[in-house]
Amino acid sequence: MGGITIGYFLRRLAIFFLTIWIAATVIWLIPRLAPGDPITAMVGRMIQQGGSVENSAAIIEGWRERFGLNDPLPVQYVRYLGNIIRFDFGYSLAYFPTPVSQIVGQALPWTLGLLLLATSITFLLGNFLGALMAWRGTPRLAKLLIPVGMVFTSLPSILAAIFLLYIFAFLLDWFPLSGSYGRGMKPGLTLEFIGSVIHHGTLPALAIVIVSFGYWALGMRGMMITVEGEDYMHLARAKGLNPFYVLYRYMVRNAILPQITAFAITLGTLISGQVLVEYIFVYQGMGSVIFTAIRNQDFAVIQGTSFFLIVLTALAVLIIDLVYPLIDPRISHERS
Amino acid sequence: MTTTNTSPDKMVVLPTQAPKAKTMGRFNRWDTPWLNTKLITGISIITAILLLGIIGRLFWDTNLAFTATSPLNLPPPGFVNSRGQAGTWEHPLGTENSGRDMLALIIVGAPNSFLIGVIAAGVGMTVGIILGFSAGFIGGRVDDFIRIISDVTITIPTLMVLIVIQSVLKQIELSTMALLIALFAWPHPTRLIRAQVLSMRESGYVKMARLSGASTFSIMFREIMPNLIPYLFASFIGNATGAILAAVGLETLGLGPQRVPTLGGTIYFAIGSAALLRNMWWWWGFPTLLLALMFIGLLLTNLGFDEIANPRLRQSSQ
Repeated sequence: MGGITIGYFLRRLAIFFLTIWIAATVIWLIPRLAPGDPITAMVGRMIQQGGSVENSAAIIEGWRERFGLNDPLPVQYVRYLGNIIRFDFGYSLAYFPTPVSQIVGQALPWTLGLLLLATSITFLLGNFLGALMAWRGTPRLAKLLIPVGMVFTSLPSILAAIFLLYIFAFLLDWFPLSGSYGRGMKPGLTLEFIGSVIHHGTLPALAIVIVSFGYWALGMRGMMITVEGEDYMHLARAKGLNPFYVLYRYMVRNAILPQITAFAITLGTLISGQVLVEYIFVYQGMGSVIFTAIRNQDFAVIQGTSFFLIVLTALAVLIIDLVYPLIDPRISHERS
Repeated sequence: MTTTNTSPDKMVVLPTQAPKAKTMGRFNRWDTPWLNTKLITGISIITAILLLGIIGRLFWDTNLAFTATSPLNLPPPGFVNSRGQAGTWEHPLGTENSGRDMLALIIVGAPNSFLIGVIAAGVGMTVGIILGFSAGFIGGRVDDFIRIISDVTITIPTLMVLIVIQSVLKQIELSTMALLIALFAWPHPTRLIRAQVLSMRESGYVKMARLSGASTFSIMFREIMPNLIPYLFASFIGNATGAILAAVGLETLGLGPQRVPTLGGTIYFAIGSAALLRNMWWWWGFPTLLLALMFIGLLLTNLGFDEIANPRLRQSSQ
């Protein structure tokens, strides 16, 4: 059995909270090291924006009270940590009485759906191509063509998104230019709605896939080459096993495991990339929320959304780390 | 987070060990791993873009990169915009909707992106070398601490943190942005160097040096460091790519430096003004294309260094 001990589990859980604590502290601290008080600046912006709002003074007073502007910094810091632990980020400034958590909640399913879909396609495709690149049975033509496709790997997802949008949505008009489902459509489990969601989601997903599959392919190729040199490979071949059986059971099975750890490490980059793609496609996930919030200088929403994504990433990494020993029996977390 | 996730392909493979030569050709002076096609292509692309930025300044008026210095919305010569205006050779790459010349924008913007990459990666590498060597050599609690902190930092989505920070700071300078990005650029080199130092520490030549009475400092920098150089280069390029990526992301979201023109900032304005729908492809197209080239160049350079550092990758790539 995989070697998850209580000790490992607790240690891993501690690291999870440490990650969130460090991220939260950096977010809180650095703006305060900069000249000028961010909250004063924000209230100033509110005064500008709220010129026509009847009770703007009361709102500002409420916010001053809420942020505890007059309290010493350590008190503010502790209160801040207390608030974010409960996912209480206050209210959106642009859509005033709406709590930030509600805005995040509405965008979350879209982001998660797109992320899961695009990531699974990427992972499968990348590892498949990477395995082909290293396998000696691969046709020559494929070995020549796959590296060409890797050129896209280097592109930031946002550039790929712009190119795809221009070619397939603007020039060819195959896909819609923006949004995540047809305008005026009622979300529900109808065939029409699901079709529309797929139609709208194809390009954003494609943008994520083409920029990231190469990363997995490269890693997989490296691992396959390492596995190729192992003695048991010679034995398997000497036994006269079917080459496909050797490829699947001996090479891929061993080579893919470190890829899962690599996946945990790149998750942060992946989510950042997706946020930008969503923004380009005006997909109604976290990316659009963040961009709208930046435009409206809606600091509470920016902070809430970003922090939520950070927690989401840390959580995913935690899950991968806990599940990994079950998949890879060679790993054992008991201290030897 | 597991202690065992150093991938085996990054184990001790000394760059000086050439792959088994089939003939005596290994004594040919041109048969050196440093003459790597990918590396040369990559470096050429990067140099070309840098030259565009450096030489371009001599031949093109960079003041045209500011607003209201040129006619609005002009396409490149040979094309006509939606209002029927034809492009002129005075603005070979066209102009955008607030009267900025695209060529000037690119000439000023491209080196800025590299600058951010170099600053952030430079700071990240320096911290990484210090922490990586300390972790690998001192070991014990120091190693535990450095390992945990770098494992933790590496999983934080950098862009998210930077978005929050930069949305609070109203004005941001190029160098400030680079330093903020550098805050997250050290864990990768730290992990890499730590792993290498750990495996090299037990190797024969280091033991030999220790027996001959070499100081720790001299072992670190005379014995181990030279063997790490291809790794360090690859890591530096990877880091610079990551930094430029983060910078471009922030700029396209409208959070970049406002006083200097940047490629990402140009894309931000283009998207904000619906350049796609107005079919002003030259506006978003040139910066996007240049950035794409830049990233391809960086990737090829990185792959080149990887192959130099790891002969096993080289062998099978033929």
